Amino acid sequence: MFKKLLVVFAAMAMPSLAMAQPANLAPAPLTKEVAAPVVATPAAATTAAPAADAAAPAEAAPKSMDGSLPGYTPMRPNYEDSVGMPKAKEVDFQEQFTENGQYAKWINNAILLPIITLISLFVLGLLLWVIVRFNRRANPVPSKTTHNTFIEVVWTLIPVLILLGIAYPSLDLLAKQFKPAPANAVTIKATGYQWYWGYTYPDHGGFEVISNMLKEEADVAKGERFRTENDGPKLMAADNRMVVPAGVPLRIQTTAADVIHAFAVPSLWFKLDAVPGRLNEKSVTITKPGVYFGQCSELCGARHAFMPLVVEALPPAQFAAWVKAQGGTMPGEEKPAPAAPAVTATPTETVAAPAAAPTN
Amino acid sequence: MTTIAATGTDLHAHDHHDADHKPGFFARWFMSTNHKDIGTLYLIFAIFAGIVGGAISGLMRLELAAPGIQYLQGWASMMAGKEASLDEAYHMWNVLITAHGLIMVFFMVMPAIIGGFGNWFVPLMIGAPDMAFPRMNNISFWLTVVAFIMLLGSSFVPGGTGLGAGTGWTVYAPLSTSGSVGPAVDMAIFSLHLAGAASILGAINFITTIFNMRAPGMTLHKMPLFVWSVLVTAFLLLLALPVLAAAITMLLVDRNFGGAFFDASAGGDPVLYQHLFWFFGHPEVYIMILPGFGIISQIVATFSRKPVFGYLGMAYAMVAIGVVGFVVWAHHMFTTGMSVDMKMYFTAATMVIAVPTGIKIFSWIATMWGGSVSFKTPMVWAMGFIFMFTVGGVTGVVLANGGLDDNLHDTYYVVAHFHYVLSLGAVFSLFAGFYYWFGKMSGRQLNEFLGHLHFWIFFVGVNVLFFPMHFLGNSGMPRRYPDYPEAFAYWNGVASIGYAIMGVGVLIFFVNVIWSLVAGRRAEDNYWGEGATTLEWTLTSPPPYHQFETLPVIK
Repeated sequence: MFKKLLVVFAAMAMPSLAMAQPANLAPAPLTKEVAAPVVATPAAATTAAPAADAAAPAEAAPKSMDGSLPGYTPMRPNYEDSVGMPKAKEVDFQEQFTENGQYAKWINNAILLPIITLISLFVLGLLLWVIVRFNRRANPVPSKTTHNTFIEVVWTLIPVLILLGIAYPSLDLLAKQFKPAPANAVTIKATGYQWYWGYTYPDHGGFEVISNMLKEEADVAKGERFRTENDGPKLMAADNRMVVPAGVPLRIQTTAADVIHAFAVPSLWFKLDAVPGRLNEKSVTITKPGVYFGQCSELCGARHAFMPLVVEALPPAQFAAWVKAQGGTMPGEEKPAPAAPAVTATPTETVAAPAAAPTN
Repeated sequence: MTTIAATGTDLHAHDHHDADHKPGFFARWFMSTNHKDIGTLYLIFAIFAGIVGGAISGLMRLELAAPGIQYLQGWASMMAGKEASLDEAYHMWNVLITAHGLIMVFFMVMPAIIGGFGNWFVPLMIGAPDMAFPRMNNISFWLTVVAFIMLLGSSFVPGGTGLGAGTGWTVYAPLSTSGSVGPAVDMAIFSLHLAGAASILGAINFITTIFNMRAPGMTLHKMPLFVWSVLVTAFLLLLALPVLAAAITMLLVDRNFGGAFFDASAGGDPVLYQHLFWFFGHPEVYIMILPGFGIISQIVATFSRKPVFGYLGMAYAMVAIGVVGFVVWAHHMFTTGMSVDMKMYFTAATMVIAVPTGIKIFSWIATMWGGSVSFKTPMVWAMGFIFMFTVGGVTGVVLANGGLDDNLHDTYYVVAHFHYVLSLGAVFSLFAGFYYWFGKMSGRQLNEFLGHLHFWIFFVGVNVLFFPMHFLGNSGMPRRYPDYPEAFAYWNGVASIGYAIMGVGVLIFFVNVIWSLVAGRRAEDNYWGEGATTLEWTLTSPPPYHQFETLPVIK
């Protein structure tokens, strides 16, 4: 136990574990327009989101109904095993698809949950014993004991030791989560808007994919795209997904254009606030190809519950094909001739402009 | 150590003659300077606010009982007096969560536990005739009332997408600045200013009273633990609330006077607001629970017929919780993008709080150990408190882990955690205190059978209501959502059933109160018998209008 204690303090003091964290690299990475308040009037805000994707059906109406592009068809989520999505009546965490996620889930389920369950049952057991043994009938004359230094020291030190035992894996997990992405990691910048997400790929030509929640068939006008089973569960499916390569380190950066949002995908054990004027960063490697759903996790206004995140991890070759379909380039490639720019790929500026139209 | 026996068995013999001249109705209740009357006003106010806040949570559980938007649009239309759009309905949801949080924190728990029980029993327990500043006490109360009216009023004026302030009780910028146009958020902020000012005045009053007006012989180390708990709480209020006042004033400046404290495009930082808010917000959760600890200590000792075990440890555990409570605030902000050093520090510091909290839990059990325990209603609530607070406490240890919080932050797991420590912690201690002292305050005893019935139905209800929220949080359901994917339907349905059960329990409580006020058994001076040793039990029930005109002397 003492050794553990030493390790914990070492972990707290040692700079090698406590790595300088790469978040908040740029204090104000956004242009002034983008960071300007978006929701000055409700009308401006509500029109901004549809405006961004309204262009899509207009340009490529036949293709847009299922989100497919030349060389890319959206992957069908794995409903059978509830991969990347919540399961009905579930009491446990979702299945994890990152190493840190599996480690964190293990820390909770193998260490913390048994400890907290035992402590709760221990307290309950003591209370029940008091009820049985020390009720007025069983014990008519109360004892006069008011102090016992030994037991007071014991119930101070044992919790301290338990906490040190918890602290060791806990700080170890933190150190792992803060391991910076390697130089060749794929960078994706997720920008939160009221109320949709934009995914920019700076390593692949800087295109931005705008991602809106897909509505149900009954809620859309005729001819507009609606959610199908292929897209994902209700309220979790989005028209354009954040496509990433599986098995490759990702550097996910988050920021926001208006108010604070939070990029959260439970099956990747990933949650990072998207704060206007800040560029937060966290690295993650998704172990398996699949579709992983998440939902905005910081109160951001009226449609907070209706801006899901959908991460689609593809084998690297298919990811490259998707990048091409978006009009982007793989690192080291020349930028192709300005052929048909993909419908969903829109440079940041043009999207930001309508969304951020200054109202004062 | 806590056994405090007043010398002079003739105490209320001379309390009676000149002490009971009450002013007329208006002067007594609207210009009150009597700590007991102000305490009663606070309790009535808190019960009213609790009904409003509880009804709001009923609306939320009704909407969340099944997936889809069932009622919100109708309610939003009713509020607006015209057909509300879907976005206005979603905004209405945010108004509901904001109002529920602010009402329960600032207008139910705090007024009841500090304003109500604190005002009533701190002077009685330390043998003082009244509070140190009776007129300031009065303005504290009426400021709270005006603050509540301001908050309710804010729901009827524009707040951005719809009517009312939909920022969450945390009022995070920039959602609360550029994100919410209209007077609603300004009104809500002003309401917080008034409630905060009231609390600061109250805190000054309590500190002065406890330091200067203790009866001869009552040293700090002889004070009942409830008085200790209010003293620590008053210091937390005094140190934390000015920071909140500063933060929300900065919000006002950003909103109305071209300020940019939290506006990134002009060099401000939204995360600064969160630091300021939680520097207040974390001590605030101890402000809500510490007086509850004090109440539970009194009750456990009384019904075990034993003095509190480890009195000094109990008192200084509260001081330790208060001190450490000021240096753990950023565990509410683990996902804002803080550095690994900060995250490790706040993880470790937060876990430290479990140690003094554990000391309290074990000391309560040790007080019962070897005791001669009678399970009257207050004691049943106190035992329920100890177990439920333990459950809420251990999930707090889970959330303290910054690495795990990356998944659990802003999910229903957090909602479950803080409702276990507040709805099943602070609220249980409030009910325990109410059953414990109602006879002393009103002169009539609450009904034991209805009290037990209330406890068991409420206990089952809140557990069915809040325990499944752990599961929802684990599987990833975010907080503050009016609608959710089908997969979350089952546990949400169970939680809503739990609310209905809890509601039945609360109804029984009101039946009990009304029945007892009309026809309850008259309470004698010390109706709990030999275990109740603090000074309030040496007085009549209810106590004379002015008590302790001759100060009691503590051995």
